[in-house]
Amino acid sequence: MAKTDISTKFNPLLGETELDLLSKLCNSVSVSGDEQEVRAIVLEELHEFAAVTKVDAMGNVLVRREGTGTDRVRVMIAAHMDEVGFMIVNDEGDGIFEFRVIGGVDPRQLVGKPVSIGREHIPGVIGAKAIHLTTPEERQQVLKVDQLRIDIGTGSGGKVKVGDRGTFATKLVVLGPSIRSKALDDRLGVFNLIQLVKHAPENVDLLAAFTVQEELGLRGARTAAFAFDPEIGIAMDSTPANDLPHYDGLENTSPNTRLGNGPAIYVMDRGTIGDQRLIRWLVASAEADAIPWQFRQPGLGGTDAGEIHKTRAGVPSVSVSVPQRYLHSAAGLIRIEDELNTLKLIHTALTRLDRTILNPQEKM
Amino acid sequence: MAKQNSLWTILQTLVETPGPSGSEHVIREKVKAEIQGHVDELYTDALGNLIARKGSLKEGGKRIMISAHIDEIGLMVTYVDDNGFARFMPIGGINPLTCLGGRVVFMNGTQGVIGMERLDKGEFPELPKYFIDTGATAKADSKVGVGDVCGFERPLLDLGKRIVAKSMDDRVAAAITVEALKEVKPGVNEIYFVFSVQEEVGIRGAVTAAYGVDPEVGLAVDVTRTGDTPLGVKMEVSLGNGPAIKVRDSSFIADPRVVRWMVNEAKTQEIPYQLEVLEAGGTDGAAIQRARAGVPAGCLSIPCRYIHSPSEMVDRDDVLNSVRLLVGLLGKPVSLG
Amino acid sequence: MKLDLKQHLKDMISAAGPSGYEDPIREIIRAAWQPLADEVRVNNLGSLVAIRRGEGAEPRPSVMIAAHMDAIGLMVTGIDEGFLRFTQIGGVDPRILPGQMVTVHGTNADVPRELPGMVVMPPAGLLPKDGKSGPLPQKYLLVDTGLLPDEVKQFVRVGDVISFATEPMELAGDCVSGHTLDNRASVAAVTVALEMLSRRKHLWDVMAVATSQEEVGGIGAMVDAVAIKPDFAIVIDVTFAKAPGGAGIGNFELGKVTPVTWGSCNHPALHSAMLATAEEYEISIAKDFAPTGSGTDAWDIQVAEAGVPVVELGIPLRYMHTPVEVVSLKDVRRAGRLMAEFIAGLSLDFMKTVIWE
Repeated sequence: MAKTDISTKFNPLLGETELDLLSKLCNSVSVSGDEQEVRAIVLEELHEFAAVTKVDAMGNVLVRREGTGTDRVRVMIAAHMDEVGFMIVNDEGDGIFEFRVIGGVDPRQLVGKPVSIGREHIPGVIGAKAIHLTTPEERQQVLKVDQLRIDIGTGSGGKVKVGDRGTFATKLVVLGPSIRSKALDDRLGVFNLIQLVKHAPENVDLLAAFTVQEELGLRGARTAAFAFDPEIGIAMDSTPANDLPHYDGLENTSPNTRLGNGPAIYVMDRGTIGDQRLIRWLVASAEADAIPWQFRQPGLGGTDAGEIHKTRAGVPSVSVSVPQRYLHSAAGLIRIEDELNTLKLIHTALTRLDRTILNPQEKM
Repeated sequence: MAKQNSLWTILQTLVETPGPSGSEHVIREKVKAEIQGHVDELYTDALGNLIARKGSLKEGGKRIMISAHIDEIGLMVTYVDDNGFARFMPIGGINPLTCLGGRVVFMNGTQGVIGMERLDKGEFPELPKYFIDTGATAKADSKVGVGDVCGFERPLLDLGKRIVAKSMDDRVAAAITVEALKEVKPGVNEIYFVFSVQEEVGIRGAVTAAYGVDPEVGLAVDVTRTGDTPLGVKMEVSLGNGPAIKVRDSSFIADPRVVRWMVNEAKTQEIPYQLEVLEAGGTDGAAIQRARAGVPAGCLSIPCRYIHSPSEMVDRDDVLNSVRLLVGLLGKPVSLG
Repeated sequence: MKLDLKQHLKDMISAAGPSGYEDPIREIIRAAWQPLADEVRVNNLGSLVAIRRGEGAEPRPSVMIAAHMDAIGLMVTGIDEGFLRFTQIGGVDPRILPGQMVTVHGTNADVPRELPGMVVMPPAGLLPKDGKSGPLPQKYLLVDTGLLPDEVKQFVRVGDVISFATEPMELAGDCVSGHTLDNRASVAAVTVALEMLSRRKHLWDVMAVATSQEEVGGIGAMVDAVAIKPDFAIVIDVTFAKAPGGAGIGNFELGKVTPVTWGSCNHPALHSAMLATAEEYEISIAKDFAPTGSGTDAWDIQVAEAGVPVVELGIPLRYMHTPVEVVSLKDVRRAGRLMAEFIAGLSLDFMKTVIWE
């Protein structure tokens, strides 16, 4: 463990400037395969802060923020810039378009929603038949994606083209202690990573990877990790909080995480078994600074760590996420305190990081 | 120098040691203790693979990677309820049918038994129906919590020609590899014996081990199914008919040149062998094949009944013949014509 | 010598070469590509690489063209009284199997033997319940070689591969039918491109790769990209042509267009550049949408090491993964021409334009 007299003066707040940035990020249309809008924001925010910034062959933004001092650990932190959405695949004329989903979106979340398409954020709707025109039998069937259409209005004259990508049109709002927005997965991670680069502790070399195509199989993380060749990997993502009440009042045994219980540290998901040394390091850092934390329930799902840890000759890795209700829908919900505590936790953990953490694995 | 343990003693030690994917620290030390002093180089990589080198590359030789995984399937606690019952998720491929009444041991020593909710008529017992009972009466006195890992607990059973234990997958291969490691004279070859981690959760350790070792040819050593039990899945591999030379499984197609190399060696040494096509499963061979610019790879399979149950069965002669075949393959120049 | 495209394609689709066992097809491609290349070699997992060196000053950038040469097939899993049980190599719809003519590549004897065979359905009375109605599950199908059980055991063993034996056919309007047009049609297009490039000046190095094991997971391409480390890659694979049962989006008219893929596996700058070349040379193209990624070598090449930008072309094909696939030679020629013009037009600093914006 590093010397504990390094106090972290980093006390993040979600003031007006920060909220503006987060809103800009969340309201962007950056669907897997076309992350340009978020990429441009990241590049603008960080161009003066980073020693070396590069956009690689896949579109990842790779930022190296070197520290000072000797024997610095090279830590890669990944946050993905892409969100789930759709691609327009056919123009039926009269402003009506057929589309296909990109990433894991439950088709039941699509019906009757406003959407935003392309760089220009062209507004459209995913219509649903008027209830008056449906039969009870029909209403028993889930509408499949190839039955749905996007309508941008008639006389729209070529504003939307086949091949364009889009997503839900939800705008970020603050609701008391919460934020409601689309794409909190993973604009929260992107926002946090930007802050970490801006306030990077001096004792580490921070290799910040703003990755692409995470939702399509952790694709960007793979090439980013290869290029960075880090010693430790951390994925910052968002994870479901299924902490609603059970319909019959039974105990909810699979909440995954709970809102308000702090950043969620992963032990095991579908793609990664977290390195036990890193998990211990994060927990100890949280306890030392009295930051609330929780374990994300071992289960399915995955993060960029799934690719990072298998890179080259192996990279001990771990994931930390902000709990979020209603992931991959038109609007997710998080607690502001969970988001700020996640950022605080990573920062303070980094300040306590030194090479002894990579000592051979001992018994847990 | 530690006392030389026999193959069967080593096998018993290895199969009876807990160590599901991600928690291989104990089993790794056991393997290390057996091979230390027999190798030229020994290290543990970033993910926990134990890698041992014997021999150095000379003219006419090849860098060979042998991979036997030391992790086993297991369970991880996802939730402890108010009454102290622990819900879990599988580590690796757990067949729900093998769970009921199963005995488990956690890495922290706690033991328990697996119970099940009642089933409705015609209902199939999926994993969420089960829970682990460690004897705790409330969440507060449970000695296990979210993230704790356990493996199945079954002592080795000696049936004479056949032996039974949990985790023959893949500890029998690890034992065979340890034995071959001790016996082999590398000659012109440089041999890397990898005791890999996290195979059961997706062949992960072998990926990084293969990248680091950068071999010219590689073999996984793992178990394979047999087709010789009543009304079982049809398969041409049988217990007692010799080590199986894998042609393919669901994770990769073994390089035909490697298959030929293995068959020729078996024929030369007059070792009985079987050709194996497995319409399921995966092994470290797939990871080796995909490393860097590609590696001709194959797999030496030990026939095994009841894989991924707490009572996996192998044949003693198959085990001994696997050692012979492996030693023979590694101790001479490799011909991949 | 002018390329006889039809014969070249027919030669290729008469050869076996299921994934992992590409020796026969590799030799045919080698014979065609050797005269068109400066160097030909075989990669670690069996892909064939033909290198045409460019005329630009060193260090020259290189483009990798990937067309997989392996095909779907079957593999012997057991021998029962002379009948062969089998499994698939790659994705085969079992419903197309009954009655198909196949070749069993028997390796048990000292000299390998190619045995003609046929896929047969056992009578329902000999099967368990789930074999008595509906499509017959593959596990019940058998291959009958007509030989007596002892002879079969002499020549065939577990693990032997089985390929389809349908003869190539010339259909109307410059169309060819046969098995393994997926993806030998694309290989033929690469041959066309290499032949055109041999008569043109090009600055870049061209690495034409007939990749192995695409049908079982893009394995060859994955490792070839690491071995070659190209600046970018062109992947060419067959795609769906309008046919009975498939006429909607993503199905293209046979003989009319060369689809260029637009999706997450393809770099937008390369896509635009390809479209620009097509427009300049009046080559008909269409967009093929792959929103979540391509099920081709592109998927694996794109994420090799630090990443490789990819552009993808398609050759429309009917009845994919059956022994009666159909392509139009017009599509093969057009794709070859597009690749040749594109590569010939590459300036040495072309990669400066392959950026994200």
